[in-house]
Amino acid sequence: MAEVLVVVEASQATGVKKVTLEMLTIARGLGSPSAVVFGDASALTDKLAEFGAEKIYVASGEDVEGYLVAPKATVVAELVKQVQPAAVLLGSTQEGKEIAGRLAIKLDNGLLTDAVEVAADGTATQVVFAGSTIVKSKVTKGLPIVTIRPNSVTPAPAAATPAVEQLTVAVSAADKLTKVVERVAEQKGSRPELTEAGIVVSGGRGVGNADNFKLVEELADLLGGAVGASRAAVDSGYYPHQFQVGQTGKTVSPQLYLALGISGAIQHRAGMQTSKTIVAVNKDAEAPIFELADFGVVGDLFKIVPQAAEEIRKRK
Amino acid sequence: MNIVVLVKQVPDSGAERTLSASDNTVERGSASNVINEMDEYAIEEALKIKEAHGGEVTVLTVGPGGATDSIRKALSMGPDKAVHVQDDALHGSCAVATSKVLAAALRTLNADLILSGAESTDGRVQVVPHMLAELLGVAALTGARKLTVDGSQLTVERQTDEGYEVVTASTPAIVSVWDTINEPRYPSFKGIMAAKKKPVQALSLGDLGIASDEVGFAGATSQVLEFTKRPARTGGAKVVDEGNGGEQLVAYLATEKFV
Repeated sequence: MAEVLVVVEASQATGVKKVTLEMLTIARGLGSPSAVVFGDASALTDKLAEFGAEKIYVASGEDVEGYLVAPKATVVAELVKQVQPAAVLLGSTQEGKEIAGRLAIKLDNGLLTDAVEVAADGTATQVVFAGSTIVKSKVTKGLPIVTIRPNSVTPAPAAATPAVEQLTVAVSAADKLTKVVERVAEQKGSRPELTEAGIVVSGGRGVGNADNFKLVEELADLLGGAVGASRAAVDSGYYPHQFQVGQTGKTVSPQLYLALGISGAIQHRAGMQTSKTIVAVNKDAEAPIFELADFGVVGDLFKIVPQAAEEIRKRK
Repeated sequence: MNIVVLVKQVPDSGAERTLSASDNTVERGSASNVINEMDEYAIEEALKIKEAHGGEVTVLTVGPGGATDSIRKALSMGPDKAVHVQDDALHGSCAVATSKVLAAALRTLNADLILSGAESTDGRVQVVPHMLAELLGVAALTGARKLTVDGSQLTVERQTDEGYEVVTASTPAIVSVWDTINEPRYPSFKGIMAAKKKPVQALSLGDLGIASDEVGFAGATSQVLEFTKRPARTGGAKVVDEGNGGEQLVAYLATEKFV
């Protein structure tokens, strides 16, 4: 069975990201999954094995990690030439898409982004236009290079015993044009990654100020969820942009999306309307968010949210 | 500094958008088309750099005839001139082909700095800046929330899921920006009037030495097989808080097994 390269998404703090496990799950339907790890793989191998990686390729060192994206694309391109995989899967994250873009040019190959499903013949399903349209597409030149949107499939374990192979990396001068000088982690605490979380609690303009976002965070923490914010809240400086959900921010698709003080402008809906269950709290009974909420409470979030938090504590 | 800003015309993301039933491409004919919002931030950044360091700002667009409206709108913000690559054969082009066309046009413009939005609101693919960097052999500093220019040295704060990365490179380079980088100016009346007289150079594929079968449907590296409209969500129960709204909310979460 041909190999399927899965470019691993991981973070230093939390290890293998969920989207990686989803990719391994999808990869098993296309061939034999091989994980490609950039950097130290030792903390990741167990998890990758648990979800079916038959092989783990590791590329590490300053040449790969000290520069932006380009060396990683070179590593994957070389690997593609070497092992002739059936497909290459990457995360639909900024970096995943960027590697995919460079790879497509290097191999003169098609690519598909933001897939939620990949069939055995390589046909990808994508959700576009703010979640309003479902598209089926295929790469028609070269092998399928597909980026997978987090929270698309349920990761299924399938234990394997992978061989780990350290790759010799030969990157070009052109790959080293953009140097990474510093990596800075900003606040998030122990909360799950926004795009991967099963529960997302988001605040909007109605939250009123940055300080009040504590209410949103408290409810998120009680539910074990991530915190999101609407563009209005981010533009007003209530919460950092990397937590913005919507057209110019992240697209999320959790089991539960809880919108607090968010009116539900179309640009916001673009980022969350494929969520399984949507619950909204808003003082305006006519707010468009209620048109898509499975359950809505009309009222003052400063009364409703603390009461809900108290009720959850009681039930625990 | 010679700056080129990539501007894409897209269907308004605030309105209903669809694919064309005849060929599965983005429906542009009936749509209300606008400048891709993120590109306005790239234009603003270009103008700020020109104001601080001198130089020239050129808008580069690949798109159908109707994209002229967006080019004039872009010029009304302040750029000096525009280049519009327009050719019927481009219809149906994939990201790979589009980036080859952009790269060919950029080779004629000799830019020190290429600026673009981090993504377009229609495709949201995010791959073009790195594709161009790969094709042109220039540095890419993408996802910028802050850009500092010091001579030929560029420093970018690149937003990531964890926080940000500080990345540096020398010109020539391509920088893509998020909407956190600045606040785009509104075109002044004077700017709108001036934009009507600014030069817009039209380029065809022939001018760029690209054969028509390298682009469009003929040269596409991927294909949309079919599309369906997702059924619209419908609202469920809505209660008005009469003192126990929080409890009702949690009761609902409990029935759905979230607590």
